[in-house]
Amino acid sequence: MSIDKETIQKIAHLARLEFNEEKEAEMVKSMNRILDWMEVLNKVDTENVKPLTHMSAEVNVLRVDEIRPGLSHQEALLNAPKKDSDYFRVPKVLE
Amino acid sequence: MKRFNSLTEIRKEILSGNLTCETLVNYYLENINKKKHLNVFLEVYSEEALKEAKLIDAKLKNGTAGKLAGMVIGIKDVISHKGHGLQAASQILNGFEAQFNATVIDRLLREDAIIIGRQNCDEFAMGSSNENSSFGPVLNDADNTCVPGGSSGGSAVAVQADFCLASLGSDTGGSVRQPASFCGVIGLKPTYSRISRWGLVAYASSFDCIGIFTRSIEDNALLLEIIAGADDFDSTVSFKEVEQYSKGFPIPKKLKIGYLKEGIGNGVSASVKEKTLGSIAKLKAQGHDLHEVEIPFLDYILPVYYILTTAEASSNLSRFDGVRYGHRTKEQTDLLGMYKKSRAEGFGEEVKKRIMLGTFVLSASYYDAYYTKAQKVRRLIKDKTDELLAEFDFIIMPSAPTTAFKINQFSKDALAMYLADVFTVQANIAGIPAISIPNGVDSNGMPIGLQIISASFTENKLLSFSDYLLNLN
Amino acid sequence: MSLRDKYQPVIGLEVHCQMLTISKAFVGDSAEFGDLPNTNVSVITLAHPGALPKANKTAVEFAMKIGLACGSEISRYNEYARKNYYYPDLPKGYQITQDKHPICIGGKVKIKLNDGSYREVQLNRIHMEEDAGKSIHIDGETDTLVDYNRAGVPLIEMVSEPDLFSSDEAYQFLTEVRKLVRYLEICDGNMEEGSLRCDANISVMLKGSKTLGKKVEVKNMNSIRNVQRAIEHEIDRQIDQLEKGETIISETRTFDAGTGKTASMRTKEEMNDYRYFPEPDLQPIIVSEEWLTNIRSAMPPLPNYLLDKFQKQYGLPEYDAYVLTDNKEIALFFEEICGKTTNYKAASNWVMGPVKSFLNELTLHIKDYPVTPAKLAELIELVDSRKVSHTAAQQTIYPEMLISPAKTPLQLAKELNILQDSNSDSLLPIIKSVLAEMPAKVAEYRGGKKGILGLFMGEVMRRSKGKADPKLASELVIKELDSIE
Repeated sequence: MSIDKETIQKIAHLARLEFNEEKEAEMVKSMNRILDWMEVLNKVDTENVKPLTHMSAEVNVLRVDEIRPGLSHQEALLNAPKKDSDYFRVPKVLE
Repeated sequence: MKRFNSLTEIRKEILSGNLTCETLVNYYLENINKKKHLNVFLEVYSEEALKEAKLIDAKLKNGTAGKLAGMVIGIKDVISHKGHGLQAASQILNGFEAQFNATVIDRLLREDAIIIGRQNCDEFAMGSSNENSSFGPVLNDADNTCVPGGSSGGSAVAVQADFCLASLGSDTGGSVRQPASFCGVIGLKPTYSRISRWGLVAYASSFDCIGIFTRSIEDNALLLEIIAGADDFDSTVSFKEVEQYSKGFPIPKKLKIGYLKEGIGNGVSASVKEKTLGSIAKLKAQGHDLHEVEIPFLDYILPVYYILTTAEASSNLSRFDGVRYGHRTKEQTDLLGMYKKSRAEGFGEEVKKRIMLGTFVLSASYYDAYYTKAQKVRRLIKDKTDELLAEFDFIIMPSAPTTAFKINQFSKDALAMYLADVFTVQANIAGIPAISIPNGVDSNGMPIGLQIISASFTENKLLSFSDYLLNLN
Repeated sequence: MSLRDKYQPVIGLEVHCQMLTISKAFVGDSAEFGDLPNTNVSVITLAHPGALPKANKTAVEFAMKIGLACGSEISRYNEYARKNYYYPDLPKGYQITQDKHPICIGGKVKIKLNDGSYREVQLNRIHMEEDAGKSIHIDGETDTLVDYNRAGVPLIEMVSEPDLFSSDEAYQFLTEVRKLVRYLEICDGNMEEGSLRCDANISVMLKGSKTLGKKVEVKNMNSIRNVQRAIEHEIDRQIDQLEKGETIISETRTFDAGTGKTASMRTKEEMNDYRYFPEPDLQPIIVSEEWLTNIRSAMPPLPNYLLDKFQKQYGLPEYDAYVLTDNKEIALFFEEICGKTTNYKAASNWVMGPVKSFLNELTLHIKDYPVTPAKLAELIELVDSRKVSHTAAQQTIYPEMLISPAKTPLQLAKELNILQDSNSDSLLPIIKSVLAEMPAKVAEYRGGKKGILGLFMGEVMRRSKGKADPKLASELVIKELDSIE
């Protein structure tokens, strides 16, 4: 498995990260190295093996439909990088 | 003042009037101050800890003190403590103030533990050497040119260097056991879901465990007893009853113990091999039944680990986007730019690399080849591990192939550092409990650790056996 | 042949219903609509580091209800999944939804076609997920404002197969779904307020073709009528393109209610890779037989069931049944009346007529209607037993019942002095004396002038002070006349 610069750019976009050219090239190299190493999994026969999706044995962990204390309006906005008295604020999407 | 190794010792001194919590806290604060260069604490709560100490001294006098009164504890910077900073050693959470208590924090405070500060670690718990912190590396107190291990390096050194009696860390692939081994202290990773993850900054949700660093088994058992068990907030936490770990557990006269072939082979350093063989011999001499075993699916353990943990991490770290809290770029930009720049500026290199890997592994074209495949192999590894632990009471091995390596040793070769996790990762893949106990030092005085694993939810027997083994020396 | 005749439109709908739970899907914040911004939030909703979700039991049960109502297969093993993407109103950077193990598989929604026949529209699945917050864009502002009150409110998504073939069918489908969720009391089905949302997938193909055309997704339709309009426009647009020899681009378009047209969405909505994977923070839901049975037995009667019952058991015409079952509470009100009288048609007329117009005029809900079903039944019985005339019932007694709802119709009839005399024994003497006093007219009647009956009736009514039951009196008069030698 070999990935190229274009794939790195697509992945970076999906992950909302950005790299300069130098870092991008580094990322291509280190990702490829790791992916090569991971190829070894192809050697394992997993025919008829179900994927393990949950590590805890519990099921039906459900909550009664009722209101629990949350944050006050002030507390909610406390850590916001940009806000007004009511809302969180973010830059608009560029058309 | 001398160094204390257990809460029992401390309570005895307090009872006899030779010690107060206040003097104890001052003692630890002094130690921390003397060795600032170790870079263990990101924040020390001196005033708060002293204030608490005075209150608890009063409670001790009138007999209303909790079970952890006299216990001074440090917390890895991944556990949410209301009203205090929480950063996961990352720039992306600069200035962030936690707005709720992790379940473990509530339970510690309820029993009158004193929290002395938050500890440095690898950024978002990603790393095996504490060199990935955005606040600089933590140094090993046994040799300042060496790493303490990671990701809970700060938590391990805090106990090693007598900055507190115990620390809470987190263990996703060995992040409590390996630093415990490098620093000569005890580090326990309980069964997955034994301790609530409510308030633990998520790295890999199906691997993450809060772990406990102590100098004595009895402290470890007491802390586990207090912080373990179901709560109302974590949907994955186990509802199994919490045993009275502090009461100990009778060890059968003859145990069937496995030891890993790879743990005494060519992949480990001479001193590690020597000490591990030594433990095996001691156990044999006591009449126990020792057998050589092999790690199931050895070659696949690390790839499975990295595929699944990076996948989960890539999703868990999406919330760090500069919108509701944490770092937002100062550059004037549109929404897309804000996301990209905030995250690129806020995350360190190792974190970005793992996010990229995880995103790739989950992406549509590769999902089945990597993610699903890894989940299937995980099941095989877990089943085989459970099988082995049904047959053997315990399996022992070194916690790490070497003693603490030098700082920057792996700076050019991250993959080599990944490979050093080989002994610890299995327990996280299978969800079983595992502990690292001190097992002597090498010729340079660098600590060596012995790791013991047992079947799920057998912490009682694991802790008791560890105590037994420590006393055999 | 018109262009429309040449092409077959194929439509699939995705309907999102906001659940009427008290708290959110995965956290105990209030799910209330319309509160001040950022007041129904917690560390979980805001996706603080270390926060974890916990599933709302009622939201799961609501999903089971709609599945049962649609005859879906209820999955015994359920998992949640993460759908990963970035948007300011999505706090975690992923939505908790269901991917590989949805709670309901398949199912059908029965719709009525224009020609009066019925068809069952096939569903693909129904699953549970959470809503996003609200992003508010204001002209002139460089910032987008974000409110997280709605973030985490439970949703049910119903996905139909591409099994609708006209905008009318789509309209019917949505109407049925809205009725159904209101009957089940799991959603208030209000598209204008956003508690019911619909995205449409539309394609056209040449009639008789075996391959579906490229589908286009249309969003942003805020009423059932607008869904219909949007589909209509989109079908025409696609046909137009194909006729010109152009290919349809598979894309997402937005509907403009003002122009009635769909337009390509300018935002770079390239095919997003959502990287679905099982949600590791939520444990699987296992639906046991017992749980399912409990839910099933607590289900209210459903519209189609009542529609059928009203026609078969109560013998009502289809039109009546439709009107009565449009609203569950009204249907149940009607049923209560039927519990106390067997004149189902009369009950229907009363509900469809005076009751509904009263509610409409004052925009009231049936629960605020002053008169009990039992009393309406009594009124019907009063008319049927000829104690009052139908006209008197409707025009005199009923209005009084609205004013004095505690009084029974019989009481009111007595008070208003309009009880009819349906007693032959009291009427006969009057009739006999009237006829006895008009021998000449009697002879004329018997001679063939049947119209004179009116004269006798008038006198009988006068002498009974208007209380004589006209029908009975008329019968008795005729009988008497015929029996005279």
